[in-house]
Amino acid sequence: MSSAVYDKVKELLVEKFGVSEEEVSREATFSDLDLDSLDLVEFALAAEEELGVRISDEEAEQLDTLDDTVKLLEEKGATVEGGA
Amino acid sequence: MTSSASVGSRTPVVDGLGVAVPDRVVTNADLAARLDTTDEWIRTRTGIAERRIADPTIATSDLAYEAALAALKDTDEARPAAVIVATTTPDHPMPGVAPLVAARLGWDAVPAFDVQAACSGFVYGLASASGLIAAGVSDRVVLIGADLMSRITNQDDRATAVLFGDGAGAVTLRAGTPDERGAVGPFDLGSDGAHVDRLVVAAGGTRAPGPEPSEPARYLSMDGRDVYRHAVRRMTESCRALLDKAGLDVDDVDRFVAHQANLRILMAVADRLGISAERRVSNVDRYGNTSAASIPLALADAALRPGERILLTAFGSGFTWGSTLMTWPDLGR
Repeated sequence: MSSAVYDKVKELLVEKFGVSEEEVSREATFSDLDLDSLDLVEFALAAEEELGVRISDEEAEQLDTLDDTVKLLEEKGATVEGGA
Repeated sequence: MTSSASVGSRTPVVDGLGVAVPDRVVTNADLAARLDTTDEWIRTRTGIAERRIADPTIATSDLAYEAALAALKDTDEARPAAVIVATTTPDHPMPGVAPLVAARLGWDAVPAFDVQAACSGFVYGLASASGLIAAGVSDRVVLIGADLMSRITNQDDRATAVLFGDGAGAVTLRAGTPDERGAVGPFDLGSDGAHVDRLVVAAGGTRAPGPEPSEPARYLSMDGRDVYRHAVRRMTESCRALLDKAGLDVDDVDRFVAHQANLRILMAVADRLGISAERRVSNVDRYGNTSAASIPLALADAALRPGERILLTAFGSGFTWGSTLMTWPDLGR
């Protein structure tokens, strides 16, 4: 199972949402990370733009942990561009 | 009858700016005292700290007229002009606000009409004013964005009561040339009418018979998350398309003035466009979402310098959206 998507999600959270790296883990929930409902919408939009997948509001609401999130993104065929 | 003047000398040029807001301030603390909300929730979700609410004796045309008067002071121009009012909250379903304002200004027989494009109204209004001038219909236009949003929001609904406020802002425009300070254009306008229920005042028109005032359908209803998503995407794309059309880069933009609905939407759009923090104009903390009035109110607070290139963008119910560019005039302030 690809961890490139997980790394990208972590990068998004740290760079765009001000989450500190240490807090990010597969079991962490969005509320653990202090992200509110608008942050979730913003996250879904960013996922669309950076990973090429569409997450609906209903799907975003179902997400609990980052692990759920990464699984959903991978199911939808998320691709991470570029190397490094 | 066609105008013999070339299109180049019939570019809309802004030469006056004025605003009018109610005196009564309602703070987040005031709202938290009677609604299940907190100052912190409102500030972090929206960036709003307070808003103005008009007393019951005030109607939209009153604020619109005051804003127009204030704008006319910049040119001291008494000659009648066409009047356009961008509003979603007219005094009456009929007639529009513009003829009322024209009459109060003492202008007989001038073109006067309202533009209804919800929160995109001011940008659509600028495009309409541009059209009147370019077509040779008018040499001068007073464009007013005026809304009493408090009258169409349910003051007991914490989701919407905290977001909106009342106010009016106006600009005066004249026919000029594209190289002049104050010149407006080009425009990028759009709509997507497939999501009416996401941001709507459902009753009071011909789709549903007018209900008793207590029914929820009489008030504004909004799916905040879905509106956020559409607003960020459409405003970003519109600004990019506009800059492309103008042959400009985002670095050519000196100031970014978005419709002041929610600070987070504004920041999300600016982030995506790559507009640095000091170029972003925001006064949503003072007035909340005043719909068509929000852009002129923001322009008035922004301490703009003559010659600065301003990017305006808005998104509203419809959905509607629009963006335009202008250079700031010298208003002698």
